[in-house]
Amino acid sequence: MGLFRKKDKKEVKPHKEIDIKREIKKAEAEKEEALWIKCTSCMELLYRKEVERNYGICPKCLYHFPISVEKRIELTFEPNSFKEFYEKLTPVDFLKFKDTKPYKTRLEELMEKMGRKDAVVCGSGKIGNIEVLSAIFDFNFMGGSLGSVVGEKITRLLEEGRRRKLPVVIFCTSGGARMQEGIMSLMQMAKVTGAIYRLKEEGVPYITVLTDPTLGGVSASIAMLGDIIIAEPKAMIGFAGPRVIKETIKEELPPFFQRAEYLFEHGMIDMIVDRKDLKQTLYKVISTILS
Amino acid sequence: MKHYLDFEMKLKPLETRLEEIKKFYDTSDPHYAKEIKSLEKKIAKLEKEIYSDLSPWQKTQLSRHLNRPRTLDYVDALFSDYFELHGDRRFKDDPAIVGGFGKFNGKTVAFVGHQKGKDIKEMAQRNFGMAHPEGYRKAMRIMDLASRWMKPIITFIDTPGAYPGVGAEERGQAEAIAASIYFMFTLNVPIVSLVIGEGGSGGALAIGVADRILMLENSIYSVISPEGCAAILWRDGTRAKQAAEALKLTAHDLYELKVIDGIVKEPFGGAHRNWKETFENTGKAIKTHLEELLTIPPHELKERRYEKFKKMGFFLEGK
Ligand SMILES: [Zn+2]
Repeated sequence: MGLFRKKDKKEVKPHKEIDIKREIKKAEAEKEEALWIKCTSCMELLYRKEVERNYGICPKCLYHFPISVEKRIELTFEPNSFKEFYEKLTPVDFLKFKDTKPYKTRLEELMEKMGRKDAVVCGSGKIGNIEVLSAIFDFNFMGGSLGSVVGEKITRLLEEGRRRKLPVVIFCTSGGARMQEGIMSLMQMAKVTGAIYRLKEEGVPYITVLTDPTLGGVSASIAMLGDIIIAEPKAMIGFAGPRVIKETIKEELPPFFQRAEYLFEHGMIDMIVDRKDLKQTLYKVISTILS
Repeated sequence: MKHYLDFEMKLKPLETRLEEIKKFYDTSDPHYAKEIKSLEKKIAKLEKEIYSDLSPWQKTQLSRHLNRPRTLDYVDALFSDYFELHGDRRFKDDPAIVGGFGKFNGKTVAFVGHQKGKDIKEMAQRNFGMAHPEGYRKAMRIMDLASRWMKPIITFIDTPGAYPGVGAEERGQAEAIAASIYFMFTLNVPIVSLVIGEGGSGGALAIGVADRILMLENSIYSVISPEGCAAILWRDGTRAKQAAEALKLTAHDLYELKVIDGIVKEPFGGAHRNWKETFENTGKAIKTHLEELLTIPPHELKERRYEKFKKMGFFLEGK
């Protein structure tokens, strides 16, 4: 499409043919790109289909690629058992925040593209015969950032867990705060944490699954407060991002720094579980706690 | 050392001269008395020009002013018989966070706050008020004592943010902040938090889950520093001024947004221009809020604290 439109609009230039060649090459590269995917961990070029069939795991180094919310639901819950809650909660641009584009426009475009209204999907589903409440972050929606809607949905979910005494499992992936909501984004950390306390107060298990990446405000509230914290292999987990740390200390960072394995070694998480085994592990853990 | 921000610079020669006369000359000499009077008049006029309509960026600068009173200055001015406690009993003592107990109007309270430094040496020693996990763990330790001894807690917020370093991450910066926020929801004693300078992100909130949150008039409270925000959103840290406006980080903004419960008035030009007045206003504000909170039954405090934060956020229910 882009190729022809560009050609039509352009005036005849001496280098026209070269331009077309370049455009074709670009289009071919894009097509290739759709077929192939580069592993962000081992840099290996992988056949996309094969990765998808393999739970989104790199067959060479076992890096776990981010997967869609839909895929996560499919991998975790019994078929057709997941029921979404609070899907109508809609974000608002209450600060009239504008960076390279207005927050309002950004939201409208994303809602259109993603088919959901914000960066988390909440609901209930069954893992085996156990009903659990769950929230799944969507990194593709503004980096899974913690805005008012994300905070409100998770708070409601936790309150539901408290009322119905149902375990809560949260799949995290987030760059942290949502700057476009300013201080209100920061306050969501407190809001959800208050709700986590009220859930735990009732003795209801709260489990978090940390996937690549889990950083900033989400890490320093929802993620690290899990009664049990599970991480996917090689997931980046931390408070500050590695770039900020590197700029601050002006030194190279240690190998595996802020990766799941590093956190495990430092006593920050309970287990690292392959995506393939995650459902089984969740079942074992929850059923054991509940029996 | 008296410091001047770029927009305060015009005051420097006048104030320097005024101090010089007061210090070295006979002020009863009519010649000097006249000059003093004229200088004071000029300064007052200039102050009005400079400080009357401060922009969010100017307030950001004021919130970081090197002559602004710090946590321990407030503690010293407002509390009697106070003492500091040290260490998290796990790793080390983090000098970026201070805490202890003292008497406020004759009644014992706990205090916890970020502590920036006064001069370069102290600033470096205290890591510019940027805490490591052990700082938040010390804060929790002190708040735990306060809770068991049934003493109200006053927290002073003044930090650019939690420290982004290897050791901090290694020892669980995210966990420490999360745990501190969590812990504050569990407490059955009144908590008053004051943002006295910079309220930087999670590192500030970690000691800011209070029943009453107050801000000094020229302090700021933000999810990210204007510089950090500009660097991420525009890939240009120099657009901090623009970011400061967009973020809505001033005391008035936060009051409008119902995030804070009150604004403590600063002397004209800012807290650094008159510490005594700043402490008086702050003391009065703490007293008022604490008295109100002490009438609430302890178990209800906790509920109300949760309800307060639960209300925060803007969204539409949707159709
Ligand atoms: Zn790989």
